[in-house]
Amino acid sequence: MPEIVAENIAAVPSAPPVETRAERLRNFWSDFRESWVAVGALIVIGVLLFLSFGAPLVSPQDPYDMAALDWLDAFLRPGTEGSGGYVHLLGTDNAGRDMLSAIFYGLRTSFVIGLSAGALALLVGIAVGLTAAYFGGRIEALLMRIVDLQLSMPAILLALVLVAMLGQGVAQIILALVVAQYAYFARTTHGAAKVERGKDYIEAARSTPLPTHRVLFKHLLPNVLPPLIVVATVQVASAIALEATLSFLGVGLPLTEPSLGSLISNGFKYIHSDRYWLSIYPGLALMVTVVAINLVGDQVRKVLDPRNSR
Amino acid sequence: MSAALEVRGLTTQFSTRKGAVTAVNDVSFSVQPGRILGLVGESGSGKSVTGFSIMGLIDEPGRITAGEVLVQGTDMRSLSAEGRRQMRGRNVSMVFQDPMMTLNPVLRVGDQMAMAVRVHDKVSKAAAWDRAREALEIVGIPAPAERLQAYPHQLSGGMRQRVAIATALLHRPAVILADEPTTALDVSIQGQILAEVRRLADETGTAIVWVTHDLAVVSSLADDIAVMYAGRIVESGSAEAVIAHPRHPYTRGLIDSVPGLHEPGRDLPQIPGSTPQLANLPSGCPFRPRCPRATDICATIPPNTGTEAHSVLCHHPIEAT
Amino acid sequence: MLSYFITRLAQAVVVVFAMSVIVFVGVFAIGNPIDVMIDPGATQAIREKLIAQYGLDQPLVVQYWTFLKNVAQGDLGTSMVYNIPVVDLVFSRFPATLELVLVSVLIAVGVGIPAGLWAGYRPDSIGAKMIMALSVLGFSVPTFWIGMLLIMGFAVELGWLPSGGRGDEATVFGITSSLFTPDGWSHVIMPAINLSLFKMGLMIRLTRAGMVEAMGTDYVKFARAQGLPDRQIVFRHILRNISIPIVTVLGLELGSTLAFAVVTESVFNWPGVGKLIIDSILQLDRPVMVSYLIMVVILFVLINLVVDLVYARLDPRVRLKGGA
Repeated sequence: MPEIVAENIAAVPSAPPVETRAERLRNFWSDFRESWVAVGALIVIGVLLFLSFGAPLVSPQDPYDMAALDWLDAFLRPGTEGSGGYVHLLGTDNAGRDMLSAIFYGLRTSFVIGLSAGALALLVGIAVGLTAAYFGGRIEALLMRIVDLQLSMPAILLALVLVAMLGQGVAQIILALVVAQYAYFARTTHGAAKVERGKDYIEAARSTPLPTHRVLFKHLLPNVLPPLIVVATVQVASAIALEATLSFLGVGLPLTEPSLGSLISNGFKYIHSDRYWLSIYPGLALMVTVVAINLVGDQVRKVLDPRNSR
Repeated sequence: MSAALEVRGLTTQFSTRKGAVTAVNDVSFSVQPGRILGLVGESGSGKSVTGFSIMGLIDEPGRITAGEVLVQGTDMRSLSAEGRRQMRGRNVSMVFQDPMMTLNPVLRVGDQMAMAVRVHDKVSKAAAWDRAREALEIVGIPAPAERLQAYPHQLSGGMRQRVAIATALLHRPAVILADEPTTALDVSIQGQILAEVRRLADETGTAIVWVTHDLAVVSSLADDIAVMYAGRIVESGSAEAVIAHPRHPYTRGLIDSVPGLHEPGRDLPQIPGSTPQLANLPSGCPFRPRCPRATDICATIPPNTGTEAHSVLCHHPIEAT
Repeated sequence: MLSYFITRLAQAVVVVFAMSVIVFVGVFAIGNPIDVMIDPGATQAIREKLIAQYGLDQPLVVQYWTFLKNVAQGDLGTSMVYNIPVVDLVFSRFPATLELVLVSVLIAVGVGIPAGLWAGYRPDSIGAKMIMALSVLGFSVPTFWIGMLLIMGFAVELGWLPSGGRGDEATVFGITSSLFTPDGWSHVIMPAINLSLFKMGLMIRLTRAGMVEAMGTDYVKFARAQGLPDRQIVFRHILRNISIPIVTVLGLELGSTLAFAVVTESVFNWPGVGKLIIDSILQLDRPVMVSYLIMVVILFVLINLVVDLVYARLDPRVRLKGGA
């Protein structure tokens, strides 16, 4: 006996109204706000960005202007007044650099490198991922093979190798970071695009005389964006940490460019002599920055998780 | 003869963002040994939650808030968590809907069944495998010793479900709860399993609660029927009585909508409206919005009328004939 | 299963060859390979002699072939700084790195997996939330920074542990290692903990995610319906299931641990392969750099291969696809 159509007895419920972009953003923000930790982290990032990009304005000293330094000011403890007439809140290092100012400038470098490397890696990754997903076949297989291979190599190794080959400098570091990181974006884009590719609306779009790139940008891209945002936040933090690590090891930015990593590395030499402030404070700044970005990224991921339907 | 399973006033609630939702509302029924009770309802009627509540498998955010569940006279709710655990699998066991997901894909069938044996009986592994093999034979699986060595993905759907039933039988429980066990299977396999289950109940005296949305299955298999709607039992009685002379308008609607009982070419009657949202139930009788016999009095909870043998929860039950 | 193995092996070989070409071309990109092998301050006459000697005026393909031949024979050039064959140099430092990686993997797995299991079993408990928060720190805070903090705390301030270097060695059953002496352990414990933190964070998150997913599955419900106690369910049912992705990640992350060892070895002055590579980059000791690249590539490919095979062994669905 066939099944009773008890299920079919129910009238078809009407489809929920499609959200406008403004509504989606508002929903996103109210969901994000649920974690006060993440909101706190966001505020911290905001403050750091302000301090770092406004470094020339907020720092009592330009630590990379050789003329402003006086080595008689070297190794001043935090809270001591220096020869410039102001108090060095975080002390000075072995060349008389004000640590607070050095940290601001270093943060600026970190953000510049982290954000530009992240943005470039995002673009390259999207390009590779979308191309692979859209064209399929051998192109897709080849591209994703390369991406997979690169993903299995740790970023730090790739970065080391590239820096070894290209030398030191801001542009080289950014290039090395982009090469090391684009693979994450490529794989995320490819994965999400493949899911969308199977959906009907893409079939429909492809069957119209719309040019390829229109289909890619107007249809695929918006649906692929959410997971990319999550990856982007993590990768920016990772880029900042990576640059700091390379600079710490001495193979990153040259000593003439401010970097939290080289500050820490510099301070490391004095670790046994109780002059902790040379390395602790830049290290704290680095840690706070990276952890804050990761916390924000964590919450963004939780909010954008497709299983998290509201 | 005392009932193998007796449920009295069982109420299970879930706390959600919109407040407490009562998935099982004052449900009572009993099953004698060797009898099969068909628990019928649509999805969302609370039938599966009833099964889990009986087993004591309701997790947060759900809680059983009232009632008694008596398995062979022992109230599961009065036991400690450890006490309940000991009853599970030994005195009352359960079979789920999708056998592919019920069996652990990375363990052999024999290993899983042996574990189920040894949790309640301290026997050797070899003895446990023997018991497992016996159980497979009982449910009619050919070459049981080989099947024990296999992994779940190597068996067909019908075979896997038989393994699940065999596992439920390992300790000869007094009660087996079967939650839509044949819904995921082919119709022909379904028929075989139904026949097996009927035979098992007759031969071993196990009481079976068969939860389903399919009235057709239940009418051929069950001795008694209880119909659930929006968490309540709206009608219960012997299978013949309920099918031949339904007293609740909902049951009537269900039976009427089965194709085959009507002349071909005529429109199939349907129950108007849609399945109720448990969070937004109307006051009074939950079936009121869809009932052709509803009046003002139906804004209050209807009384349980009818006889002991055939009861109905309605202000205007269809006359008994 | 055999066909699976052979396919993967073939793929691995192809990858190694492809990488060798890339490495070779990369070396060319740095400059004339002769510069890689001789002192930059050599005179023109010596350069020309060496060019002829090494056959560098030959066509590219021939040079590649010579390069491959040398590599196959284990000749990776001579370190410019230490003046001994690179192969010897690397192999002398390898045991130290191996010790470090081994201990840190043990710590990461030994602490990370139980913590993750607990966090997944009781995800709303305070303990779970703390564990998750710590795991975020584990893989977001730069390794070298934590290393520094460890040194400042335990070595400088408290004086409990040495601040760097490797401990004394001892030989047991023909194997020489610093892990066989207490002094060796006092030296290895801090860098190993430092190195393990990243992976530990990953292990915790992965295990927890696996646990949470497993707890919601039907087979766990069915097991509970059979009356199995939770402990048995976790260790006999769930662990088997989630061990598959965990082992996979563990294997793949082995490579990244080796890479991060570079940082830890620098911070703690650990005389391993990692420190070697940093020093050689700073000192422009190119033969060492090139060889390190090659070795790393081979190692990665091997690890990937082994992980694939272990995965196939553990998951009966893959293993028995051809059979039954």
